[in-house]
Amino acid sequence: MEGFVHQVFAGLANGCIYGSVALALVMIYQATHHLNFAQGEMATFSTFIAWALVQQGWPYWGAFAATVAVSFAAGLLIQRLLLRQFERAPVLTNVNVFIGLLLIFNALSGWLFDHTVKSFPSPFAQESVLKTRWFTAHEMGSFLVMLAVLLALYVFFRFTSLGLAMRAAALNPESARLVGIRVSWMLAVGWGLAAAIGAVAGMMVAPVVFLDPNMMAGILLYGFAAALLGGVDNPFGAVAGGLIVGVLENLLGAYVIGTELKLTVALVLIVGTLTLMPAGLFGKRVVTRV
Amino acid sequence: MPSLLAVDGLTAAYGATQVLHGIAFALEAGQITAVLGANGAGKTTTLRAVCQMVRTGGSVRFEGRELVGSATENVVRLGVAHVPDGRGTFGALSVEENLRLGAYVRRDRPRVAEDIERMYTRFPRLKERRHQQAGTLSGGEQQMLAISRALMLRPKLLLLDEPSFGLAPKIVAEIFHILATINSEDGVSMLLVEQNAHLALGLAQQAYLLETGRVALAGTSAALLADESVRRVYLGY
Repeated sequence: MEGFVHQVFAGLANGCIYGSVALALVMIYQATHHLNFAQGEMATFSTFIAWALVQQGWPYWGAFAATVAVSFAAGLLIQRLLLRQFERAPVLTNVNVFIGLLLIFNALSGWLFDHTVKSFPSPFAQESVLKTRWFTAHEMGSFLVMLAVLLALYVFFRFTSLGLAMRAAALNPESARLVGIRVSWMLAVGWGLAAAIGAVAGMMVAPVVFLDPNMMAGILLYGFAAALLGGVDNPFGAVAGGLIVGVLENLLGAYVIGTELKLTVALVLIVGTLTLMPAGLFGKRVVTRV
Repeated sequence: MPSLLAVDGLTAAYGATQVLHGIAFALEAGQITAVLGANGAGKTTTLRAVCQMVRTGGSVRFEGRELVGSATENVVRLGVAHVPDGRGTFGALSVEENLRLGAYVRRDRPRVAEDIERMYTRFPRLKERRHQQAGTLSGGEQQMLAISRALMLRPKLLLLDEPSFGLAPKIVAEIFHILATINSEDGVSMLLVEQNAHLALGLAQQAYLLETGRVALAGTSAALLADESVRRVYLGY
């Protein structure tokens, strides 16, 4: 029993990370109906920036804040300079651009920071109040960080005028233009938010899995599974999906299929969700009258 | 003094299909001008062309400033509010959020809150439903919300696309009465597209009759009401 409970909690800890990545995917999906395949590599690159700053002697939270800010700006710029050219392009064109971005960021990480595996610090001291019977201090800390991100996003979208404008632009771009909203810029802010959330996820997972240019490759797959399972247009669904995927993957890995096949769980979930319930658990079913 | 809105040689096309073939009209500040015509005459496209939601040629001058070639959101920022066909409200957002969005480009926050209250005084039913999703309102309430949302911009010019569409006669009368009040009290100029010629000519001072993308007839409402052909074709008596 002890072991089982431990597996559940370890799964929840992983699930937080998957949920954050899913949240980043949902940010862009809501506004553009595209899934950004480069989200993982962008997050890895952000984490390298944080690593470099810490190496330079920056205090952890200073490096954290700077990385989030730089990632937001970079995400915004990528949309403004690159993706904007493809706003009216077919889906496959966008997919190609995303894969291009994935390769570029992967190569950049390797080129600038080399391929050796690096350890990344955790801001949460091992023996602190955060440490409980079931969670290590880092797991508990990551959980709180994700909760804070979610809360901040909720407040932003619910109570600020920019958040309201972003929702309006996603719901109905034409009507949004009629109240003077610059829809294209709203997409850019969505990209910035996604990049910033990805950066947080990267910095939270790096102390656990260690930092190298391919750090997020597997995690992105779990993130996709989480986003789809939770309903790809629902931020809360994405986080819930992340927690479910984390627990499921850990329990199946420990008791049923063995750790070797863990990643398969994500793939099965992706295919299963898309075929059996495309809207996910908490997604909105879109019904079109023909 | 130039007209508030001066349109000249206006053309518009959806893809290869040209819908407007060089129309010209003017609207003086404080006035209501009606655009009449049958289905497919180009009435809706005329409104869409004014706020640059369709590819346009020719000239559209608002307060002397050329609008052709600018983005819709910039036309809106000059003070042109559009109540499009389909109303342009956000069904998934609450009534109050829709009103807040209407004032998105305004920077005078306290006045915005005042204006929301003014809309509620004008349309008390919206106040009762302020936290309800706009999509759940009745047709008449949605039209009232659409007009209020547009007025939240404090526009100089209001473009109205068939505000009577699909509504019960009693609601239509109520809405037209309020439009007349808004015009006389707040001095908002209006360009009104209507199928219901009788209603439109009752509200507007000037009217233009469109036929397949061209102005077929223009004049004061009284003149158009007296015109034999207009009466037979569009008023039906």
